Amino acid sequence: MGSAVDNPRPERSAADDAAFKRELVQLIPHLRAFARTLCGDPTAADDLAQDAMMKAWDARASFQMGTNMKAWTFMILRNQFYSEKRRSWRQSQLDQEAAERTLVAVDDPEAPVALDELRQGLGMLPAEQREALILVGAGGFAYEEAAEICGCAVGTVKSRVSRARRALHAILEDGAYDRDGASAGDAMRSILADAERLSTVR
Amino acid sequence: MIEQRPMAERRKASAALDEARLRQQAIGVRLRQMFDEVVNEAVPDEFLDILRRADQRGSEKG
Repeated sequence: MGSAVDNPRPERSAADDAAFKRELVQLIPHLRAFARTLCGDPTAADDLAQDAMMKAWDARASFQMGTNMKAWTFMILRNQFYSEKRRSWRQSQLDQEAAERTLVAVDDPEAPVALDELRQGLGMLPAEQREALILVGAGGFAYEEAAEICGCAVGTVKSRVSRARRALHAILEDGAYDRDGASAGDAMRSILADAERLSTVR
Repeated sequence: MIEQRPMAERRKASAALDEARLRQQAIGVRLRQMFDEVVNEAVPDEFLDILRRADQRGSEKG
């Protein structure tokens, strides 16, 4: 198992495939979450995640077990997303979704307003800042891994993340976005209250 | 007297910095929660079905 690096890869065994599959299956929830941040629409996101999963499966021979499969699959998913130019319809998708979510939020008194505002705020960031912030701030990737996934320099990721953080803060604070009724101060207050609640729960 | 004013300003600046840090942390917590919400969703059967079919195709060929 451990000698894969030294030997030129011989036959791929059923055990190799099984091990790969096990690890891939565990990553599905994360692929779905990352896809959701790129696509917005849950159905389109799942399509993207499935495509990425299958691309990863087909390319399993080129993956070296023991290296970071999560980063590898995220890179595949991201490339898939951009190659299919799914961005083009993202904007129109967002508007409809925002309307739907507003309804959901009203139905569910437990649903914090802030989540919606945060999604909207994220939607206003440039795509490369958004993905950098999500990979590092939510996906748990190191800057180096995020750089690998995005195909850019580590310093670029760092500056994108810090710019994204500042911009998101400003958006939530100042109400640079526009949503009927709710003021941005409410969003930030709600986020702060949530953070307190969550930190006491965990 | 001369030093008092810069001191107060510095204190104010550092309080503002703490406040900003707190807010950034709060946003970070929320961001992770947003992501984890999807991670914690049940994976639709379709995913495993597709993978299983691909796996079977592969072993039939080999």
